[in-house]
Amino acid sequence: MTPSDLFFSALQSLRSNTMRSVLTALGIIIGVGAVITIVAIGAGAQANVEKVIEQIGSNMLTISPGQARDGGAAQGAASRPTLTAEDANAMKTVPGVTAVAPEVRGPVQVILGNQNWRTNAVGITEDYFTVRGWKMSRGRNFEDWEIDAGEKIVILGSTVAEKVFPGSDPLGQIIRLDRVPFTVMGVTAAKGQSSFGQNQDDVIFVPLKTAQQRLLGGRLIKPDSVQQIAVLGRIPKELDIIERDLAELLRDRHAIVPGRADDFMIRNTAEIFQARAGVVDVMTLLLTAIASVSLLVGGIGIMNIMLVSVTERTREIGVRMAIGASRSDVMMQFLIEALALSMIGGIIGIVLGMVCAQLTAHFAGWPLRIEVSSILLAVGFSAAVGIFFGYYPARKAARLDPIEALRYA
Amino acid sequence: MSRNGTAVVQTIDLRKEYRMGTNVVNALAGVSVRIETGEFVAVMGPSGSGKTTFMNLLGCLDRPSSGKYLFEGHEVSAYDHTDLARLRNQKIGFVFQNFNLLPRITALDNVALPLAYGKLPRSERRTRAAKALEEVGLGDRMDHRPVQLSGGQQQRVAIARAIVGSPSLILADEPTGALDTKTGVEIMGILQTLNDRGITIVLVTHEHDIAEHAGRVLTFRDGRMIRDEKGMGRRAGAPAPQGQPHLVAVAGH
Repeated sequence: MTPSDLFFSALQSLRSNTMRSVLTALGIIIGVGAVITIVAIGAGAQANVEKVIEQIGSNMLTISPGQARDGGAAQGAASRPTLTAEDANAMKTVPGVTAVAPEVRGPVQVILGNQNWRTNAVGITEDYFTVRGWKMSRGRNFEDWEIDAGEKIVILGSTVAEKVFPGSDPLGQIIRLDRVPFTVMGVTAAKGQSSFGQNQDDVIFVPLKTAQQRLLGGRLIKPDSVQQIAVLGRIPKELDIIERDLAELLRDRHAIVPGRADDFMIRNTAEIFQARAGVVDVMTLLLTAIASVSLLVGGIGIMNIMLVSVTERTREIGVRMAIGASRSDVMMQFLIEALALSMIGGIIGIVLGMVCAQLTAHFAGWPLRIEVSSILLAVGFSAAVGIFFGYYPARKAARLDPIEALRYA
Repeated sequence: MSRNGTAVVQTIDLRKEYRMGTNVVNALAGVSVRIETGEFVAVMGPSGSGKTTFMNLLGCLDRPSSGKYLFEGHEVSAYDHTDLARLRNQKIGFVFQNFNLLPRITALDNVALPLAYGKLPRSERRTRAAKALEEVGLGDRMDHRPVQLSGGQQQRVAIARAIVGSPSLILADEPTGALDTKTGVEIMGILQTLNDRGITIVLVTHEHDIAEHAGRVLTFRDGRMIRDEKGMGRRAGAPAPQGQPHLVAVAGH
């Protein structure tokens, strides 16, 4: 028997019991389909996280005022020293730092004639757009002197521009923020939703000093407080050193004696997302393991049906042996049959899994990422299942006594 | 076809024991026989006489407990499963009472199956299988499945399967047992024609009419061969070489 003889003979046999073959393969179809889908979803989520990290930059640190603690008891908010624009300026001297972007943030009312829009104002410096990955769609960024002078100028997020200036050009127009008139200098390019689902474009930008003095002044602890400072390092590898240097600098500037806790927090944003990606990885692994159980059950189904098949075809086996089939011929016949069953199931499962992954990716808005390795793994796994669970029935067939087999009714 | 040459089958004190719990059953209790090339031998005896065991041993489907079995001069009692399978494939053709064709494949594929196990190329298998089917008069039924054929036709397919590998020995186990008398005569005619060509045939039967076709009758009882009669049937003596008559003519197609 050549391999192709065995293969066609196996297909013939499976086809003669189509319903049974399909039901038996179903276990493998579901198992492989589930594994492919889960791995693809995991990879898609991973890709999504990578996209976010790419957006926020993998070489960025964010510094925010931390809760001052004294012997474990959190002090009141007003008691702690805060970050200031001066702190931000000082950070520029830390080696490896390429850009520093302090910010303050607060709600404002945007008014133009009878148009009225509530949004968030962000007080920024020139580096902010570079650090946070914003691009201008029209107009221009603030310049250093405008920020230092506390000019009353504003850059609109694309959502605000659309809402307040529907169908007209906002550049050079005067709008009022709360009660103060501002000139529109530019509009940012749309950034879309954040990874948390917020509309990032519902925002306006004003110079940091203007925000501190004219818009949010009453709500700040100190007149030149900032709520967050983003620091861009030259390369991701240096980030640990920069983080340490920044902490040292801030402790020094805030006159924190050794033994006391920091009054600020430095976070490596990319690291946080990577940790999130790690959770996704673990989940994927777990779900894959669960889906693999279905493969196992499918394999047992194959073994079961192959045992039935061997019993049903006892006489056929006897005839084949009488006309010259050796034990290994019979063994191969049933092994190939089990293998064909599991491989057909595997291939259908791969198609099914790819469709499910496609649908999931479509609805989750993730990039579709079906890895070749997971397909190869699925094919290999279903082949292994076929051989492993087909072995025992095939051996049973091969060990039949031809005389007994021929006598079988 | 010299009677002085190597016998197709020679057994020397062939024995087969089965264990049934603590009892030992002597299915075959020492049988010595020599069957020459070209003989047509009938094996008779009541059930339990050991004739089936004897046939299984001759067909290399089973191995003796003791004694010797020489097939064309080779001691095969010691062959392993694989060697026995190859021997069955190359040298022995089986014809069963209930035909034992594989139901899901065509007559042609059934006949070609032994050649597949003999690892012949596919095209040659088909050619030789078609030729074998034509010889038994079924050239026009090649693509029929067993269920589409009558009993007599199925048995002819089985005979074609037995001869397709050009065996030295055909073992027929009550080949007419499941057929009506007329069809049985046709089948015996085919076997006779094969024998005329020099193929050795050993046939098990209950019926004396059928045994009469043979040139030699072995009678079994209680695991022993109690009679070995030559020349009682129409085929007495050595087969006379008659050229190669076409089987279909004899089969009364």
